[in-house]
Amino acid sequence: MSITREEVRHVAGLARLDLPDDVLDTMAQQLDGILNYMETLNRVDTEGIAPTAHAVSLTTPLRQDERRPHLDREAALANAPERDEETFLVPRVIG
Amino acid sequence: MNLYDLTIEDAHQQLIRGEVSAVALTRAVLARIEAVEPRIQAYLTLDPEGALEQAAAADRRLAAGEATPLTGIPLGIKDVICTRDMRTTCGSRLLENFVPPYEAAVMERLKAAGAVILGKLNMDEFAMGSSTENSAYQITRNPWHLDHIPGGSSGGSAAAVAAGMCLGALGSDTGGSIRQPASHCGVVGLKPTYGRVSRYGLVAFASSLDQIGPMAKSVRDCALLLNTISGHDERDSTSVPQPVPDYATLAGNGFQGLRVGLPREYHQAEGLDPDVRQAMAAAIDTVRNLGAETVEVSLPHTAYAVAAYYIIAPCEASSNLARYDGVRFGVRSQDHADMPDMFRRTRTRGFGAEVQRRIILGTYALSAGYYDAYYGKASQVRSLIVDDFRRAFETCDVLLSPVAPTPAFKIGEKTDDPLTMYMSDVFTLSANLAGIPGISVPCGLSSGGLPIGLQIMGPHFSEDRLLAAAFHFEQQTDFHRQKPEL
Repeated sequence: MSITREEVRHVAGLARLDLPDDVLDTMAQQLDGILNYMETLNRVDTEGIAPTAHAVSLTTPLRQDERRPHLDREAALANAPERDEETFLVPRVIG
Repeated sequence: MNLYDLTIEDAHQQLIRGEVSAVALTRAVLARIEAVEPRIQAYLTLDPEGALEQAAAADRRLAAGEATPLTGIPLGIKDVICTRDMRTTCGSRLLENFVPPYEAAVMERLKAAGAVILGKLNMDEFAMGSSTENSAYQITRNPWHLDHIPGGSSGGSAAAVAAGMCLGALGSDTGGSIRQPASHCGVVGLKPTYGRVSRYGLVAFASSLDQIGPMAKSVRDCALLLNTISGHDERDSTSVPQPVPDYATLAGNGFQGLRVGLPREYHQAEGLDPDVRQAMAAAIDTVRNLGAETVEVSLPHTAYAVAAYYIIAPCEASSNLARYDGVRFGVRSQDHADMPDMFRRTRTRGFGAEVQRRIILGTYALSAGYYDAYYGKASQVRSLIVDDFRRAFETCDVLLSPVAPTPAFKIGEKTDDPLTMYMSDVFTLSANLAGIPGISVPCGLSSGGLPIGLQIMGPHFSEDRLLAAAFHFEQQTDFHRQKPEL
């Protein structure tokens, strides 16, 4: 498998990255090398092997459904690039 | 001896005997920072005033006879751990102005113990890297040789400890990011078992691999830090509710009677530097003299660990880093046409090249049509790696290996070749895939005068065994007492 510059552009777009052409070229070349290296995994027979997502097995911990203190609004909004008194502001989405 | 050269253990003794005050100790470390920081560049944020206030509070606590082993001890914190009211950048431009509104669990614990927080330490952006060269802010230099990298991603933490710019530090380790810089800077660094230390307030890179751990000048100091930061926290759903033993007792006979496995695939690896090879041979002699029985073992899937890791970690990262959209925090790009454009400009300008590379790699590996071939396959290989360790620990108590294939390389040497950089993590990242603990302890100097580290790995929750073994090794050698000349 090898990755083309247009595929890199497409995937970057999915991740909301907008790379200039010269960066795309370098990125495609580097990713191609990396993905070629990943091909070594195909030498491993994994037929019937269950995947591991976490090395320490845990069940989902539950707690009582009760009100607890949480971050107050002013603290939560303190880092906002743009805000008003009570919420985060973003560019208009619906015209 | 200079106050800044003290171990945490010795500083604590002087503090409780009243031979030195926490304020005087903190001033001495701040003066040391002023003297050597221009050459080392380990700190991203320094808070002298806050540190002196905390030191004054520590002195009151010491006077009241209510001190813990960390009361009044000046520490540095890797800038990936949220500190309330203290800027936390993760080495990224995107978080240049981020001041966390809450404290990470480990910070709550350190502050409750009365530790003095000096500031935040440099790192590869979002902990992605092996040299700290991926920081958006500065190049941190190896205190032993200023032309060399300190390792990464916790390079600032390792360099600061080695240079006497803090008595101990916290780092984080996703694929070796505590152990490898500890090895390169000649300090002790421990990656705990996954789930031992709460990740609440640790900015996420790869959530199934990340773990916070201590870095310090001695094994006992690491144990003291681990005592304080370990334990169950219900705010981290992967935190394990297992009791925390007193690690600092370093109980037991260390290597005496221990079965020590020497993984063939590590010791016979291609590209193992001759100086590292020689230091390993000497370390093996030392542990035998300490009464260990060494056995050769095999971790047969080692050759696939780098590939599996560099699929899994970027996949998790691509998902975790989706939160940086310029809406709730971080630096928002201003000249945007609409909201998607705002996301794109914010992320394209805010993230550095390595972070972008890993986001794209992870997004690609998770995308339709490729998921099974990459993420699915890597997760299966991860199972085989987990099984390799399980089998090895049937025949031995701990595993002994190098931390890194070479001593610290030169600044700029690998920056153009990401794959070569990834390969330098070959001996450390399997422990993260398997969730097991590992410690790096100094075991020699290269012919070029750069430190070499010995890695001891053990089964889940064997930190007490690793620390006791490392302690006995440390007592038998004097590498941890050697200091860089600055």
